Amino acid sequence: MARFAHSPLFSRRKRVNTFALGLSALAMAFGLFWLGWILLTLVREGFAALDLVLFTSSTPAPGSTGGLLNAIVGSLLMAGLGTLIGTPVGILAGTYLAEYGQRGWLAPATRFINDILLSAPSIVVGLFIYTTVVSRMHHFSGIAGALALSLIVIPVVVRTTDDMLRLVPQGLREAAIGLGAPKWKMITEVSYRASSAGIATGVLLAVARVAGETAPLLFTALNNQYLKFNMNEPMANLPVVIFQFAMSPYDDWHRLAWGGAILITVGVLGLNIAARIIFRKKV
Amino acid sequence: MSSVTSSAAAAPVRPDLRKRSAGAVADQIFALTTKGFAFLVFALLLAILASLVVGSWPALSKFGLAFVYTADWDPVGGQFGALVPIYGTLVSSLIAMLIAIPVSFGIAMFLTEMAPGWLKRPLGTAIELLAAIPSIIYGMWGLFVFTPIFSAHIQPFLIDTLGEIPYLGILFQGPPMGIGMLTAGVILAIMVIPFITAVMRDVFELVPTVLKESAYGLGSTTWEVVWKVVLPYTKAGVVGGVMLGLGRALGETMAVTFVIGNTHRLSWSLLAPGSSIASSLANEFTEAVEDIYTSSLIELGLLLFLITTIVLACAKLMLMRLSRAEGTKS
Repeated sequence: MARFAHSPLFSRRKRVNTFALGLSALAMAFGLFWLGWILLTLVREGFAALDLVLFTSSTPAPGSTGGLLNAIVGSLLMAGLGTLIGTPVGILAGTYLAEYGQRGWLAPATRFINDILLSAPSIVVGLFIYTTVVSRMHHFSGIAGALALSLIVIPVVVRTTDDMLRLVPQGLREAAIGLGAPKWKMITEVSYRASSAGIATGVLLAVARVAGETAPLLFTALNNQYLKFNMNEPMANLPVVIFQFAMSPYDDWHRLAWGGAILITVGVLGLNIAARIIFRKKV
Repeated sequence: MSSVTSSAAAAPVRPDLRKRSAGAVADQIFALTTKGFAFLVFALLLAILASLVVGSWPALSKFGLAFVYTADWDPVGGQFGALVPIYGTLVSSLIAMLIAIPVSFGIAMFLTEMAPGWLKRPLGTAIELLAAIPSIIYGMWGLFVFTPIFSAHIQPFLIDTLGEIPYLGILFQGPPMGIGMLTAGVILAIMVIPFITAVMRDVFELVPTVLKESAYGLGSTTWEVVWKVVLPYTKAGVVGGVMLGLGRALGETMAVTFVIGNTHRLSWSLLAPGSSIASSLANEFTEAVEDIYTSSLIELGLLLFLITTIVLACAKLMLMRLSRAEGTKS
């Protein structure tokens, strides 16, 4: 070592290494810098906008005061219904992939397509629901919004269900079959139970994903100035309200947009952290 | 005697058999149900494609292939060409990738090779949380916080330096408006860095420790191990991760719509406002009343879907190649 310590080649290699590692650390700092900056802005602007009125009154006309109640309710209803539709479909499809997918072309093909759907542009999902549902019903509706969201839930749930079921030890399955259980009983009583925490994590992540989705709601649920519980009508929702208010020239609306932004971010990050905790505890 | 044995043999078996066949029927039903839903997911991609083709048929048959390479976007005259949004989508994503690829590589290298054990997890989690933030937050932050700073400090600097270079300068001319292609590209980069980083980190961790230790044992520096051992081993996975990020960037709507400027004017300058496919859809779809306008917008969606599906399929194939070499299922 000592012989090479002063050779030009060695010191050059050392310099290159230090330089590369320095850049790498810089890249890390760069990434954290944006996260910090975005969160800081959100907290400062967002919490300043939070007050009781925000939760108790509906979106205002320009110039008057108001809150985001209708948007919060709409978002909860549509995300809830979307999850309710998407979760069973996703779990059952994921079950097929993991438990029956050893033979045949359907499982690998579906897995491939599901991974594409997982990152497909969400605005195209909105277009799909627009052409198949909205243009047939001739009006925008909360149901259409929920359907669009369910199509975003499905790939997430399929992927995690598939992954989690494949982590279940084969021995557990063989034990159940060996005791004479039919396969469906083996899946529901053994496989699901062993992977329930993982599947729940997937559902939570799907809800988190859907909670902030704007693009698929733009031309399915549209928006509504009033508080509505009827999902057959156009429905307000936080992301679209944030979009409209942030793009508007009014300061009051900007303030409400920041309020909505902090609500969504806290919700999404909260769900993500909850999913992590469940997953780490049980699996 | 024979009748006794046959009935005795049949009597205990029969109920058991019947129970078994009930179990078999339930099994069949369960298997078919799950298969049906799997098929539903499988068919979803084709259904989306079919609905978009049907929806855009008026525009497809009226403009034909010219839709892709003409630049008129005239809702009043009923003339539509998608060149500007296609150009905007590709250029903003290209800018994003130019920034995001080296940064993601750096972060992934830091997380796998340099960070001490106790730092790995919190830093990894922080990057993953960055990926979870909804894209509308990026867009809004970009519009209110990033754009003013960008137009006041960074754009004038770019115009005075890079804008003076012959030929290349044409990309950096015009007034510093803040919004525009370059801003959209930067915001997109911030958004896709976590996606690419996550994949790169995961594939870097697939490299067998023995390989790395052999290289270290021969006296390699950390950088040489990453550049000459880790990267060649994970090439396919890294390319897959990059394509995954590209797929995200191409289809991103909200982060872009806020900051790209939304005009259908073709401009060489990256500082000029433009539009992307997704931002055109987000801005104009609910305003479009004429059928030909709506179906032109749906055709834009169809083009976007085709482009992203191809990119994402390539990404998936790359990642599958790596995991096949690795001998594990992806």
